[in-house]
Amino acid sequence: MTEINSKTPMEKMTIGGNIYEAGNAKEFKTGDWRSIRPVFDKEKCKQCGLCFAVCPENAIPVNKDTLNREDFNYDYCKGCGVCAKTCPFGAITMKEEGV
Amino acid sequence: MSIRERLSGNEAAAIAMKQINPDVVAAFPITPSTEIPQYFSTFVANGEVDTEFVAVESEHSAMSACIGAQAAGARAMTATSANGLSLMWEMIYIASSLRLPIVLSLVNRAVSGPLNIHCDHSDAMGVRDSGWIMLFSENNQEAYDNLLMANRIAENEKVLLPLMVCQDGFITSHSIENIELEQDEEVKKFVGEYHPKHYLLNDKEPMAVGPLDVQPYLFEHKAQQGYAMKAAKEVILEVSREFEKWTGRHYGLFEEYMLDDCDFAIVCMNSTAGTTKAVVDELRKKGIKAGLLKIRVYRPFPSEEVAKALSKAKAIAVLDKADSLNGMGGALFEDVASSMYVAGKNIPLVNYIYGIGGRDTTSEDIKSVYTDLNEILKTGKIDNPYRYLGLRKEEK
Amino acid sequence: MPYNLKEIVGKKPSRFTEGHRMCAGCGAPPVARMILRALKEEDHAVISGATGCMEVSTFIYPYTAWTDSFIHTAFECAGATLSGVEAAYQAMKRQGKLPEDKETKFIAFGGDGGTYDIGLQALSGAMERGHDLTYVCYDNGAYMNTGIQRSSATPKFSDTTTSPAGKVLPGKMQPRKDLTKIMAGHHIPYIAQTAAFMNFKDLYEKAEKAIYTKGPTFLNVLSPCPRGWGYPTEDLMKINKLAIDTCYWPLYEVVDGVYHITYKPPKKLPIEEFLKPQKRFKHMFNPGNEWMIEEFQKEVDSRWQELLDLEKLTNTEN
Repeated sequence: MTEINSKTPMEKMTIGGNIYEAGNAKEFKTGDWRSIRPVFDKEKCKQCGLCFAVCPENAIPVNKDTLNREDFNYDYCKGCGVCAKTCPFGAITMKEEGV
Repeated sequence: MSIRERLSGNEAAAIAMKQINPDVVAAFPITPSTEIPQYFSTFVANGEVDTEFVAVESEHSAMSACIGAQAAGARAMTATSANGLSLMWEMIYIASSLRLPIVLSLVNRAVSGPLNIHCDHSDAMGVRDSGWIMLFSENNQEAYDNLLMANRIAENEKVLLPLMVCQDGFITSHSIENIELEQDEEVKKFVGEYHPKHYLLNDKEPMAVGPLDVQPYLFEHKAQQGYAMKAAKEVILEVSREFEKWTGRHYGLFEEYMLDDCDFAIVCMNSTAGTTKAVVDELRKKGIKAGLLKIRVYRPFPSEEVAKALSKAKAIAVLDKADSLNGMGGALFEDVASSMYVAGKNIPLVNYIYGIGGRDTTSEDIKSVYTDLNEILKTGKIDNPYRYLGLRKEEK
Repeated sequence: MPYNLKEIVGKKPSRFTEGHRMCAGCGAPPVARMILRALKEEDHAVISGATGCMEVSTFIYPYTAWTDSFIHTAFECAGATLSGVEAAYQAMKRQGKLPEDKETKFIAFGGDGGTYDIGLQALSGAMERGHDLTYVCYDNGAYMNTGIQRSSATPKFSDTTTSPAGKVLPGKMQPRKDLTKIMAGHHIPYIAQTAAFMNFKDLYEKAEKAIYTKGPTFLNVLSPCPRGWGYPTEDLMKINKLAIDTCYWPLYEVVDGVYHITYKPPKKLPIEEFLKPQKRFKHMFNPGNEWMIEEFQKEVDSRWQELLDLEKLTNTEN
């Protein structure tokens, strides 16, 4: 976990703004940007793999063994809708958040 | 055992670089420092160094490549002058903010415009607040020695700041003078190996350099640089002491020449100090108590020490080889004036802008400054503290 | 191994993580992520970013979305900065200062601002000097980071904040610069123009070739910007496809000077299809402005023809 935040004293901050934990942006959740959410219909999905790659947020987890996708990672999904529009099988629909 | 040689300032700098044997040199030619990358690329061509020489297409790219190389885990060096440093300006700040101990050999020259290829210090003064350590050199020997000490200072854990070694364009860079060189092996031993704690090429610990640093963070990061610059003063002295043990050549934060008991002091940097020493000797013979304070470490500025060293003088002249065009005085003058004020030393102080664009500064010019100081002491009047030395002007 | 999207995305880790702060629906992250997937898993990479959307949203202190080493210095010098990193690698490797069995690859990412314009000199220098690195331009056709100002990559007639379509001027007055051809003029071993298209095969394979061709290589990747171009975020892949099917953005590569068009649309669509869904071209559809569309079409046609000719010319054995 990144221990630096806006309360960290100068002496405890890394010099030059260096970061030594590559890929730690994962700790920053962007799911609250979303106003519409994708809903995944497992039945309609043919696991073609297109949505995995188009997602700008890497918010579609893929099982390493089966190579099949799982449900969305809403911690990061910003609700852009690219996946829903790209899916050739209508397995993703966009719904208003909180409805 | 030292080797006695006769070299120009540029040759001295290039040989220091050869002996340091950095991993990367990225440079773009500009008068009067052009010879440094020329000599250095010959060393590369002849297999005398392990360096990767990057013949970049601009000075901006030279500093960018040095930053990339140093962040990657390498020792990087470059050389430039005047507009070359101006073009680097953006990257000069980035180099220091990323805390990369890059070493630059700056051969001082007037910054355009109008275009002029000769010496003044306007290039160095343009980056005086950029977070680089700045060492000034009176002659080829000092340019060489300062470079040999540069890596040890810059790479120190408490410092981690880039460093530039300044020498006067043409006056020093192109004059052949006697010099004592050290043996390659001994330089290698003194400079040591470079082992950064974190570096881009370490696949075991991938790292990220140069973030977007928003409001909660930039202030602290800049203050870290400020503290590091302060800490550099002691490190410079430590390294200089060790250097003296090795070579017998003494270096401090500045050089005091007949300053102890002087009535009239001149403060200046680089080659002008040579001329001033000769004038001091001559005046002393006539019983005039002239003295000199030659700044070596300009950044960090040794404020307390300068004030203390000047405290016995009765009148002081600060010589600036760059005009700040601010209606009140040159950069060195401001630094000395504020040092004196903060230390509570109220001694008459006057500024001379001189030597702009390679204008010769003769011993007669320097003598006239001491004469002026004598006048100030006698009359107690300064009138105009912001003066020009050696300027053609209509008599009023 | 034949290209298999599921295998690549499922098995190779993402080296560009979630938690970055680019706009929803941005065209750049899928591109960058797929390019990095072309790296061999065991290879280390040092990535250099020019200041721009991608850099400022992926590396905000204290977070980085890059799992490899990353360096950002300034806007105009990603090419030069990475040159320095690569030079350090060569020097240190030669002196035995780095592990012998570990390969490191070098990839720069710059937007069209940092590549076509302010960074062109540093890019050209890096390519000419022959550094072993890949420079990727993610071309979104304007300075999006500062708020959609025209760049030399902006297509003619685009309505941007510094080339607004007004009563007298119909948007940007100049046609776009052809950077890929400028790169071809450097006679470097591999150059390609690509986009996130179909199942990403074109992008992935070109990235793999670029990264693993020795010497300087260049990729120009179309990277639609929903905000700057004025289309709904979900239409990313549709816009990409229209750019390609109208031949506005031809997919091709130049391998050792030989041109290969990697995709020829079975039916070349009229340019209106690409222009119509985008607000930046809206004024072109006002009555009386038909000439703009005609002119745009002419430009696309002549550039496409030039490419066909170059392919023919460079593939003809004497």
